Amino acid sequence: MGPMVGALRPSERAALRQLARNELPRLYALARRLGGVDPEDLVQESLLRACRSFGSLRDLQAGPKWLTTILTNTWRDWLRKDLREPDEVPVEEDGPFSLYRTIEEEDPYPYSDTLHVDVLGAFSEHDVREVLQRVPPRYRVALVLRYIEGYSTTEVAEMLERPPGTVMSQLHRARHRFEREMWDYAGESGLLVGAAAGEGRGQREVGS
Amino acid sequence: MTPPIGCGEAVRRLWEFLDGGLDAADHLQVEQHLAWCLRCCGEVAFARELRGLLRTRTGITLPDDVRNRMEHFIDELGEETEERSRP
Repeated sequence: MGPMVGALRPSERAALRQLARNELPRLYALARRLGGVDPEDLVQESLLRACRSFGSLRDLQAGPKWLTTILTNTWRDWLRKDLREPDEVPVEEDGPFSLYRTIEEEDPYPYSDTLHVDVLGAFSEHDVREVLQRVPPRYRVALVLRYIEGYSTTEVAEMLERPPGTVMSQLHRARHRFEREMWDYAGESGLLVGAAAGEGRGQREVGS
Repeated sequence: MTPPIGCGEAVRRLWEFLDGGLDAADHLQVEQHLAWCLRCCGEVAFARELRGLLRTRTGITLPDDVRNRMEHFIDELGEETEERSRP
């Protein structure tokens, strides 16, 4: 059953529904990218919360960002335990991971003049989404809000209720983790091995 | 004159550099490093590509069945709360 809340005036109700309809595809995509929960449930719960706090939205222009914040906070509430779990891979044990340099050293396309572009080109949309889900949730949320949703670091800090410096360092770790996961994923999925073998040279095992 | 930085430090600051998130002195140090280090220039171009890939290759389409269910949900949004609050 729905929660007991104060009534919305008909005009407010219409405005909220219109906003929700307009933002639905983006909210659903955001929920899928944040991951770890049923995206449809997350969007529904977020809209219910939005309904309860609609009075706090002063300017409808700010509606999309307001809904993003509500959805992100709902997701954080649901994942609270996972967000606290320590990272099993020390991020900077041997200095930050650089995908660029790893590609250069491992040289998966020995005859290519555009090595780095070719490696990125091997990743389909499905692959990139999979890699994103391998990044631990507390780093993933920063990557998603900053680089996919396009909010500034200051805005992300407000949304996550963290100091900007904390978000900066979270983003820093998130980027290196994303690069490392891309490389590991490429190795495990054989994304790059086939191409090198196709060129008739001894293939290199990557990420094994 | 700002003290020079090595590749390790330049790479560490790269995304912040691209974001315009560095303070003026740190930004200048990276710029000066990039002026002579071709490899780090390659890193910058790659970091740009990688950011683009994050944005453009994580597309998610709202499936029709989900859209239908969600639109029904939205049509009722706020309805119950008003009913309940009536005397």
